[in-house]
Amino acid sequence: MLLIRCPYCDESRPEIEFRHAGEAHIVRSDKMADLTPDEFERYFFLRDNRKGDVYERWRHIHGCGRFLNAVRNTVTDRFLMTYKAGEPRPALPDPQAQAAATEGNGQ
Amino acid sequence: MDSPVGVERLHPLHGRRGGGAAVGLTPAQAAVRISLRAKPDAVSALSGGLGLDLPTRPKTAVVNADGTRSALWLGPDEWLVIDDGEHGGSADLVKALADTGVLHSAVDVSHRQTAIMVTGEAAAETLAAGCPQDLSLKAFPVNACSRTVLGKIEIVLWRMADDMFRVECWRSYSDYAFAFLSEAARDAKA
Repeated sequence: MLLIRCPYCDESRPEIEFRHAGEAHIVRSDKMADLTPDEFERYFFLRDNRKGDVYERWRHIHGCGRFLNAVRNTVTDRFLMTYKAGEPRPALPDPQAQAAATEGNGQ
Repeated sequence: MDSPVGVERLHPLHGRRGGGAAVGLTPAQAAVRISLRAKPDAVSALSGGLGLDLPTRPKTAVVNADGTRSALWLGPDEWLVIDDGEHGGSADLVKALADTGVLHSAVDVSHRQTAIMVTGEAAAETLAAGCPQDLSLKAFPVNACSRTVLGKIEIVLWRMADDMFRVECWRSYSDYAFAFLSEAARDAKA
């Protein structure tokens, strides 16, 4: 089973306690009423759906209940890091640190 | 709890017994339960109102001096308070918390939930049949507690002693939880 580190519980927890919650760092406009339909479509519906390392929101729904952000590789399904919601988008960890970090977490 | 019409409320798991030599399953006695949410600046005042120190460390439970009231950390701003003193608990915790005057949310969930006590040397093994967390004493020591999963339902799991767990689940799921644990107990250390 995949283990996901919850930054609020400060512990790696089984994947089935979590729920995926879409792409992270999507900023809601301060002036929603002024958006054109195209701008609203971009904000509301369109997602990058990239292959590789992606920034995602997850929710520890069957645990502490908090939303958190994670960097996950969509090809290998490895979680590179997780961090609290509201924190700025971190730089991706370098590949060597990634290998060391994921070595011991049962993936 | 006394009812105005004199009808005793039946426990959802009334009369159920399960388990075997190595693990016992018993419905927990009735209790008052509060779902408490508050910001960090309200914690000390609310602790005073409850008469125990609300835990702020993840995965920990705190029990008051006479062992009748406990607070379980569920999230950074969320606790489950359980009071089973006086045969089912008649303490008005919502009022006790309201009297503190600090901003918080306290919802009485006494009858939303019920609990199953899992005791005996194979207790952890029995729960491990459906709970994905590491339940070894090192990872889940005495007084560790967590909202988690048992089979197909969500539970709150609390290790009260080396070989004693309290499984809090919603009352409509309690039949499933009890049946699941009974099956698991059969497979654990016969």
